[in-house]
Amino acid sequence: MGEIKIDRVIDARGSHCPGPLMELIKAIKQAGVGEVIAVYSSDSGSKTDIPLWVKKAGHELIGVYEREGYTEFVVRKKR
Amino acid sequence: MKHVVIVGGGTGGTIAANVLARKTSKDKVKITLIDKSGKHYYQPAFLYTALGEIKSESSVVRDESQLISKRVRLIIDEAVKIDPADRRVDLAKGGSLNYDYLIIATGARIVPEEVPGYEASYNFYDYQSALKLRRALESFKGGVIAIGVGGIPYKCPPAPGEFSCLLDYYFNRRGIRDKVEIHFLYPLPRPFPERSVAGVMMELMERKNIHFHPMFNIEYIDPKKKIVYSLEGEELKFDLLVMVPPHKGAKVVENSDIKAPGGWITVDKYTLNLPDYDDAYAIGDATDLPISKAGVVAHYEGKVVAERIAAEVAGKEPTSRYDGTVRCFCDAGYRKAITIKFNYETPPKKPKPSFIWYIMKMLVNKTYWSLVLKGWV
Ligand SMILES: Cc1cc2nc3c(=O)[nH]c(=O)nc-3n(C[C@H](O)[C@H](O)[C@H](O)COP(=O)(O)OP(=O)(O)OC[C@H]3O[C@@H](n4cnc5c(N)ncnc54)[C@H](O)[C@@H]3O)c2cc1C
Repeated sequence: MGEIKIDRVIDARGSHCPGPLMELIKAIKQAGVGEVIAVYSSDSGSKTDIPLWVKKAGHELIGVYEREGYTEFVVRKKR
Repeated sequence: MKHVVIVGGGTGGTIAANVLARKTSKDKVKITLIDKSGKHYYQPAFLYTALGEIKSESSVVRDESQLISKRVRLIIDEAVKIDPADRRVDLAKGGSLNYDYLIIATGARIVPEEVPGYEASYNFYDYQSALKLRRALESFKGGVIAIGVGGIPYKCPPAPGEFSCLLDYYFNRRGIRDKVEIHFLYPLPRPFPERSVAGVMMELMERKNIHFHPMFNIEYIDPKKKIVYSLEGEELKFDLLVMVPPHKGAKVVENSDIKAPGGWITVDKYTLNLPDYDDAYAIGDATDLPISKAGVVAHYEGKVVAERIAAEVAGKEPTSRYDGTVRCFCDAGYRKAITIKFNYETPPKKPKPSFIWYIMKMLVNKTYWSLVLKGWV
């Protein structure tokens, strides 16, 4: 994912469901169209909730990356 | 003589003051409680006020001076700035207080105005709004009622789901349930944050013919067209909209150097100390802990900090810690309720609606003013 520039990182590690998803929703609300947001989550529920929400809200899930002790979700605001 | 200052006389602040008064001697500890209104609201009663089940004002609001130990000095004024480095709280009417120990219990503030078009919505998150909603419901003859959420976190996670179930009961009793469509709009893919509870909530909603709209985060409302729009690009036309308003931390927190985003206060999840200040605590809705904003949390946390301060004043190592316990009763209508219990380590078990939990909920409503606020339970 070398060429993708991340505009904002949200570190929601340690926050339980639905914390990471809600943090992402808040960030998307504030971001401009085209901006890329990375969310770090250690909550296993995020793996279903975040992709579901991104799809429903019409944004782009650029990638889901397993890191040490957490998952990184990279999302582009599309509308 | 040590001086303990408590800012905020809601659930957490009042319990902390009363437990401290019991556990310390008046020759050694002076307790001051600052509250901006001097009125104490039992907020779970707002929901029942809106539905016309609680009508007496004294079940909802009482003078704080009647609820605290005689030993506690009550100052009715607004704290405008807290400076933990200088151990000082500034007051709106002028003057300031210095402390040896501080407990911040300023709760959450509702900010409906952050949702464009909010004036077309009703809510049950303060007393006046609950009364207004009651009148609107009384004159409602049929059509679409939508219940939605304007922002997370909000107080009492089950409240909007509970309200939807109780609306079904309300209109059934009025004999016009067949003329009312109830729609529940929720930010998450399921109707409750915790998965084990969400399944039960979903079953309840299906049984009560409540239309569930997952992942519907209210973005704005068109008051003329009476349409509510979601961040996800959906919309719903309504005749009456009940919106849980967005919440923020208290203004005094925003004006002080102790805030995390949203105006919440970061604390240690076990000791409830502010980072770097072992003489300052925050409890209840005011914190940014990733647990429910609920009275039961403020209640348990108020006891923990009072016990910690009492131990320190007595020259002992404080051992009382908050383990994240949340227990609540959620009214499902038809005199049945569910109970949800969990803590930092253990998620909630799948609940089952029962008459026993309904009785427990009613018992808490009754004993709040005596046993709960005095810190006896
Ligand atoms: C409709 C509804 C239903 C609910 N149902 C339940 C339920 O079933 N179970 C449950 O456990 N919880 C429930 N809750 C949540 C519960 O009421 C709150 O979580 C609880 O009151 C939080 O306690 P607190 O002490 O943190 O704040 P609060 O009780 O809100 O008290 C805060 C106090 O601080 C004061 N204050 C604020 N700023 C200042 C300042 N600058 N200076 C001085 N004073 C200040 C305010 O005047 C207020 O008295 C419900 C809430 C609502 C709205």
